[in-house]
Amino acid sequence: MRYIDKTVVGLTIAFLVLFIADFFMAEWVRFIGLQSLARGAVALGLLVLWRTGLVSFGHALYFGFGAYAAAMLTLIGYHDAFLLVFAGTLAAGVLAYLLGFLLRRYRAIFFALLNMAFSMILYGVIVKTEELGSTDGFSVLTPTFLGYAPQGEAVQTTLFIFTLVFTYIITVGVHLYMKTTLGGMSMAVRENEIRVEYLGYSAEKVIHVKYVFSGLVAGFGGAIMALAIGQVDPDSMANWTVSGEFVFITILSGIGNVGATYIGALVFELIRTYAFEYAPQFWQFILGGSLLAIIMFLPDGIWSLFSRLRRSEKAPSP
Amino acid sequence: MQELIVILIDGLVFSSYLFMVSVGLTVIFGVMKILNVAHGSFYAFGAYMSATLIGAYYNTDLPEFGGFLAIFLAALIIGVFFGIVLERGLLRFLYHRDEHIIVLATFAMFLVLEDVLMMIWGTDPYYAYEPMALLGAVDIVELTFDVYSLTLIGLAVIVGLGLWLGLTRTKWGKLLLAVIFDREISQAMGINVTVVFTVTFVVGAIMGALGGAYIAPTISVSPGIGVEVIVLSFAVVVIGGMGSIPGAMIGALLVGISRAAAVHKFPEIELFVIYAIMALVLAIRPEGLFAPAQARKI
Repeated sequence: MRYIDKTVVGLTIAFLVLFIADFFMAEWVRFIGLQSLARGAVALGLLVLWRTGLVSFGHALYFGFGAYAAAMLTLIGYHDAFLLVFAGTLAAGVLAYLLGFLLRRYRAIFFALLNMAFSMILYGVIVKTEELGSTDGFSVLTPTFLGYAPQGEAVQTTLFIFTLVFTYIITVGVHLYMKTTLGGMSMAVRENEIRVEYLGYSAEKVIHVKYVFSGLVAGFGGAIMALAIGQVDPDSMANWTVSGEFVFITILSGIGNVGATYIGALVFELIRTYAFEYAPQFWQFILGGSLLAIIMFLPDGIWSLFSRLRRSEKAPSP
Repeated sequence: MQELIVILIDGLVFSSYLFMVSVGLTVIFGVMKILNVAHGSFYAFGAYMSATLIGAYYNTDLPEFGGFLAIFLAALIIGVFFGIVLERGLLRFLYHRDEHIIVLATFAMFLVLEDVLMMIWGTDPYYAYEPMALLGAVDIVELTFDVYSLTLIGLAVIVGLGLWLGLTRTKWGKLLLAVIFDREISQAMGINVTVVFTVTFVVGAIMGALGGAYIAPTISVSPGIGVEVIVLSFAVVVIGGMGSIPGAMIGALLVGISRAAAVHKFPEIELFVIYAIMALVLAIRPEGLFAPAQARKI
């Protein structure tokens, strides 16, 4: 019998369900879904880094860079979603490639903080640039899709499908990549870098590749976010607390499965939306409280709930 | 010439402020290897508590200089309370976990405390200018500086010296150094590491709260003051080398004076000059300027 990859099957089913559901979703559900996909993509990049043993507290840098790159193109008259998202992704990827030469030499908390320093430089630049609206940011006009210019609700519907297709491709791509030799190197680097070097691989190169990838998907997420909310501003795109939220989502999801990042992002988005809706005074309290609860009681993230269930099913009854 | 003196004095005042807020962070990291994001909350709580106590104090007829006592009392209350609550109530359950998880737990704590702060004190700003008004102003090279800000330099020197002497010249300090060097061995030798950890965390928390409490009279104490402090003190601590007290001092001086220079000469780069320095220092000396050497694990 041929080997069937359960994760790919699961992702494909989720993709098809969401694809069809898109036409029936309430507008606010779709909006939350879009944001979850965008943030989930960033968390996917962080997951890849995490499997390599690195945590970045500064991926708002690439998120914000991608978002602003896409948004700035609309200022000079380009409105095609394919072009905008591609440009945002590529811009963040190039930045990650360049900074990667420096960052690949760092580990542990230094890696995390150096990332944060770079993200705060971007934040400072944006806040000080009047042309980009300083702290207010600026709005992004409705995108077109290869000449197709939807109106009204159709904009979000189309954008959702657009995002869904790309996140599906990226996620399956990552999952398959993780099974290749270079992908498998992640865990090896995390466990023992020096042994990896002795086996003839360059740990720094492995890290660099993962880093560029995480930058690319963060830029992708940022560009999607800019189009989804139709607005870019430094505080919700490039500040260090945004980076903290991404790490939060990664913890929430656990690093067990690529699909889990989207579930984590969705849970995060729901907590945030509802906390903000019903207790605007306490939304940070609720967010922080749930993060603490996850850390204390679900150390391997939401995904561990599923694996626990599966384990208890398989376990013989006493 | 005059401008240079202004930059120097402004820089020194700002450096002292930075040192005050970051020394607690570096002490906690040095001993416990925990990067405490909730440090910003200690700072904010210290500032609010100090503003409240100063306000209450000046409503009585007690001698005016007693207002300074209120500042230190505020730092002590906040530091001891939150230090013990956080360390005993949360962190001790996480010591065996990944260091990133601990950072994230303190980040969560910071989010929670940020809202607790607003629950207690509301969103209106607080002012407690009395201690500052009391000391008046002084003219240096035809420019007016308020004396209160200048005393900050003295306080930073006292705190720095006190910590350094306490660490290198007392029995407690030696025990602490042993724990820093090797946690397990010192435990085996009979040092009560649990107590050392709690005391260190409380001392660090008091330092953070003192930074906020002392700065409170010079600012309008309002929501959000803790956020900026965290990233600033991270930058200082990372530049100096995490866990090193002299490092925090040098880092604070470097950052403080460059920022003062940026404010006076190139105001447009003020916001990111600090992070640019941080990135530069890390690029040249990855562990920071004064970090202790680490053994390579194979």
